[in-house]
Formats: sequence, C-alpha cells, structure tokens
Amino acid sequence: MSTPHVLLGLLASGTKHGYELKRAHDERLPQARPLAYGQVYATLGRLLRDGLVTPAGQERLAGPDRTAYALTEEGRTALDRWLGTVEPPMPHVNSTLFAKVVVALLAADVDRARAYLIAQRRAHTDRLRELTALKTAPSATIDDVVAADYAIAHLDADLRWLHTTLDRVADWHREVHP
Amino acid sequence: MTQLQARGLVKSYGPTPALRGVTLDVAEGEIVAVTGPSGCGKSTLLHCLAGILRPDAGEVSWHGHRIDTWSEAARSRLRRTEFGVLFQFGQLVAELTAAENVALPLLLAGTGRRAARTAALTWLDRFGVAQLADVRPGEMSGGQQQRCATARALVTEPRVLFADEPTGALDTLTGEQVLTQLVRLAREQRTTVVLITHEPRIAAYADREIVLRDGVIDHTGLGLDAAPLAGGPR
Ligand SMILES: Nc1ncnc2c1ncn2[C@@H]1O[C@H](COP(=O)(O)OP(=O)(O)O)[C@@H](O)[C@H]1O
Ligand SMILES: [Mg+2]
Repeated sequence: MSTPHVLLGLLASGTKHGYELKRAHDERLPQARPLAYGQVYATLGRLLRDGLVTPAGQERLAGPDRTAYALTEEGRTALDRWLGTVEPPMPHVNSTLFAKVVVALLAADVDRARAYLIAQRRAHTDRLRELTALKTAPSATIDDVVAADYAIAHLDADLRWLHTTLDRVADWHREVHP
Repeated sequence: MTQLQARGLVKSYGPTPALRGVTLDVAEGEIVAVTGPSGCGKSTLLHCLAGILRPDAGEVSWHGHRIDTWSEAARSRLRRTEFGVLFQFGQLVAELTAAENVALPLLLAGTGRRAARTAALTWLDRFGVAQLADVRPGEMSGGQQQRCATARALVTEPRVLFADEPTGALDTLTGEQVLTQLVRLAREQRTTVVLITHEPRIAAYADREIVLRDGVIDHTGLGLDAAPLAGGPR
C-alpha cells in the first residue's frame, strides 16, 4: 500500500494534524496495519519536501508538533495520477506461502510440504471464519464490510491454491513413490 | 448435547460407492459445514442424516433414537415436523404463489389456512421478499426464488435445517445476503444447520467444518486432528 498517497487522499477533504491523519487512516482502513506516529511524521516530512503538502497553521500548544497540513496543487495532481493508475496485476509471484512449499520440497520432503500446507489451510480457514463473523455482525459498518470482503476474497483464493497444491503434492508423491 | 449422530455410514448406488464409513456428531444449535470436492458424497450424507435415504450399513440417530430403521412413514413424519430441507435450486412449486409455497409445509402439518398464510408472510418479510407474496416462481429472479425457498424451509421452525448448496446458483452478493439472514435466524431460534457447500467462503459461516473425500471424512481437514503425516499421502 502507498502510505503517502493514502495520506494525500485523507487530506483531500481538509487540513489535518499528524495525529488526526493517523486516526483517520486507522478508521477508514480498519483492517490495515495501524500507522505508527513515527511513520506519519516521516511521510509528512517527505511530502512537505516534495511540495505535495504545505503547513496550514499551528496550534499554540505545548508538547508535540500540532502543525496542520493541507494538500497543495501538486499534491492533488499526484493524488489524481495515483488514483488513475492501474496496479500491475501480480507481476511477480512472491508469496511466502508459495516459497515455503517450494523450499519444503527442496530442503525436506513431501511430508514436510503437506504438513505446512495443512497447517496453513487451517489458519486461513480460521481467519476466514473470523472475518465472516466480523462482517455479518449487525454492528458492522460499510468500511468493515468492504475491508473484510477484500481479505475474504484473497484468503479464499489462497485456500483454493492450498487445496489444489495439497492434491498436486499427493499425486506427485504417488507417482514418485508408487 | 448431541442431537444428530451418524455411525459408520455406508451407501452405494449400484456399484458406485458414495459413503464408505462416515461417523459424525452434530450438537443441538450447531452450524456445521460439510465440504469437499464434487462427488465426494456430501449430498448422500445429507440425505442419510435427514432420513430421506437409508444407508446400506451404519446408523443414524436422532436424540439417541435410531431412525434409519424406521419405516418410510415414520421418517417422513420426522422430516415434516422436525426438519427443514433446502436445495440449490429452491424447488418451489411452479403453480403456487410465494406465500402459498411458504405456507405449504404448515398446511401439511395441519396448521389452519389463515395462520399458515400469516406465518408465510412473516417469513417472506424476514427474507426481504414480502412484496412477492402473490407472485409465482416463474416471474421471480433466482435470488428471489431462493429467498422464498429459504423462508419455506424455516417456516415450520424446524430443529434442523439441511441445506444442500443453498447459494450454489446465486451470485456472490445475493448468496451472501441469503446466507447471512439464514444463519442469523437459525442462531436466534437455535436451529441446527447442516450446510453443504464446496466453497470455503460459504463454509466460513459455520461453527465447524467437516471435509469429505471419496466418501470418508478427511482427517487432515479442519477442526479435527490431522492424521499422522509419517505414512505419506493416503
Ligand atoms: N442417484 C444416484 N445414482 C447413482 N449414483 C449416484 C447417485 N447420486 C449420487 N451418485 C454418485 O455417488 C457419489 C456421491 O455423490 P453425491 O453424494 O451427490 O456427492 P456430492 O454431493 O459431494 O457431489 C458420486 O460418485 C455420484 O456420482
Ligand atoms: Mg451434491
């Protein structure tokens, strides 16, 4: 995920302090990894340097930095460009799931690969159930549902791959050790 | 408490084995998903549990009483009073309106016309299709038909709902809406659900998942202890 662009997007609706940005981020992307303050200020620093945001007033308060930031013309253009760009559809297969199966077959044996696949399948299934409960709860907001849907679709795809790979590994094993 | 129990179920269709020894306990109020690839025996298991089919060997018990040995009439009465069944394609009666379809199981159970109609309207409303009460299935979308069929399966407030791929013919969003409502109502009424599906994301609505493979429970599946790996693939 591109944190700089997400922050630009959050500033599009009006100026915000670093603290407000962190809160808005965690609220709007409820299933994302929460942003650390350090990361917010570091990112704002870079956006400021590149002229994409500008300071917009400071509260006269003791303590932490209370500078509010606003989107600049360049910032809005950068945000538009990002929103208009299609993400490359999986240019590399660099999932750890996939790498572990290959390495298990390479460094150990088919039983090791199966053990891993079965354990991973169980973990995926548990998480799928958790997210399904979350999104079907009467209290779920549209943000919760959309975030859960995204995770569910990806876990579902992983699960299909895990099932197929388990079958493939078993078939392959049978061929090699009839 | 165990409500429904299968012990060593075996069932073949002529030379084709469908179940090869399935043992399973279902607790009252539990929602159990039965998953596995096409042809692994899911529907056959459901038919045996629901007393529609008699197994060739093994036992099916309902609250501790063997039902597989009961006469067809006795099993049919059990199905009418305690069970609800829902299939992939709603299987509504084409000549009847939505309300008449939903009222049907109540009428068969001896409920009066007026009370049956009132209950039917309530259940259609719970599935968001009250406006279709006087419409016939032929004029409904697949999703609307399945909502009516789900209402019909639940209208008698059964102790167990057997659902065989209930969302298999629906698009993702419609399937999700039907299932969410089905699960919500089942939990409210403490109705046990045996949910058959080949889709992990549908199985995720259940409390527990049983994986069938070639007519037996796959113990490398979920919610069950993995079989020892040392022997290699079975
Ligand atoms: N009425 C039938 N006559 C003959 N074979 C059947 C019949 N019903 C199911 N089978 C066979 O029994 C096996 C299990 O089928 P089924 O229980 O429908 O599996 P699933 O629901 O998992 O797809 C399959 O090989 C299927 O072809
Ligand atoms: Mg089937």
